[in-house]
Amino acid sequence: MSTFQPKQRELGIVNGVPLPEMPEDLFIPPQALEICLETFTGPMDLLLYLIKKQNINILDLEVSKITDQYIDYINLMDSLNFELAAEYLVMAATLAEIKSRMLLPKVEEEDDETDPRLDLIRRLQEYQVFKTVSEQLANMDRVNRDFYLASVGMPKVEKKTNVIDFNAARLKSSMVEVLSRPKLDKSHQIAFEELSTQDRIKLILSILSKKNLIGFYKTLQKSEGKIGVVVSFLASLELAKDGCVDLIQNNNEEIYIKSKVLNAVNE
Amino acid sequence: MNKNIENFIESLLFASGRPLRLSEIRSILENEGIKADLAEIKVGLNNLEERYAESSLELSEVASGFRLQIKKDFTHLLSSLWTENNRLSKSLMETISIIAYKQPVTRGEIEEIRGVQVSTNIIRNLLERDWVKISGYKETPGRPALLVTTKTFLNDLNIKKISDLPALPEKEEISTEEITDTAEINLEAG
Repeated sequence: MSTFQPKQRELGIVNGVPLPEMPEDLFIPPQALEICLETFTGPMDLLLYLIKKQNINILDLEVSKITDQYIDYINLMDSLNFELAAEYLVMAATLAEIKSRMLLPKVEEEDDETDPRLDLIRRLQEYQVFKTVSEQLANMDRVNRDFYLASVGMPKVEKKTNVIDFNAARLKSSMVEVLSRPKLDKSHQIAFEELSTQDRIKLILSILSKKNLIGFYKTLQKSEGKIGVVVSFLASLELAKDGCVDLIQNNNEEIYIKSKVLNAVNE
Repeated sequence: MNKNIENFIESLLFASGRPLRLSEIRSILENEGIKADLAEIKVGLNNLEERYAESSLELSEVASGFRLQIKKDFTHLLSSLWTENNRLSKSLMETISIIAYKQPVTRGEIEEIRGVQVSTNIIRNLLERDWVKISGYKETPGRPALLVTTKTFLNDLNIKKISDLPALPEKEEISTEEITDTAEINLEAG
């Protein structure tokens, strides 16, 4: 590394090679650079910059001159393929409108007519107030920039980054494991349910048409196992819900199904 | 006894990780069976302040209460510990300024002053910093959110209240007379 070469001589680095001087084919319009270097937060900011550059008071806004400079800037940005926010164009239109109104001859009777620049000047003033104050705020002491807090706090839990212990053998074994997994996407048949709640309801109703009251365990057979109990239970709940039966449970915990409506219908 | 309270307060301020109010300090002490009224706590804070005079620490009162800070003289020393870039864009500063001075304010009102759309990123950044919050919704079509600044914003700028911010610069009076005159001159010149 050569320390003799002053750093500012290099314009930039292109593909890792320092650019010694401006390429000849790079066209940059005159007076463009200094404006380009400024970054504007919006059209108001740009306008204020142009006014300040002329060293004039906002109140003495020379619309004609400013409009030309403003439009020059926009054209420049456009030629450099900068994508300007639409608001910049709105401002250009506003300026052009004011400029054209200023050119109209002033009719004596319309003395009370407001200056066409007035609205823009007010907006510029308002913006300038906040631009100024925002710069002051930016210069105020700010935590973690101009001062720091003194605190022992709770220790920050450092996230442990898990180092993955991995090698070809492990890759193979996990692949083997994946391949040996049961093929769950294979089609398989689901056995049709042998006992249906609908049938059980019919059964209970047919018993109840002869008897007013029936014990819960009389509605199922031991051989049906758990499923039989569940189906009978579902069937009696279904019937109770529809208001066909009452479910009664005595101290022995035996459930009885008592006919309600059907009895009445049968009589 | 007094010395004791002073040390209790110091330990609280050190470990809490956030500013503490006088009343907060009192109720924490009270829960531990330590009786101290606000005046006594104030004395304790004053003593701490005196004790820190010769140290690198300082006691600071901000919007959310009292906290301990490192004196500004040591900032340059500490900033090398953090690589975090704490620069804020001009657009963000303009936006937070308008919110701070005109609150509660809608996004549209900010855009009107700035003459450009307020990017969602800026608002998100401000919300994430907890510098602004939504205080409600304006009763106009679209019910836009009303933005206000938070105590954190004041804390982070090391101030107690919004009126501690610099005063807004005065606008030059627009006299209609004057403006019409220059307009004529301009016309002639053009």
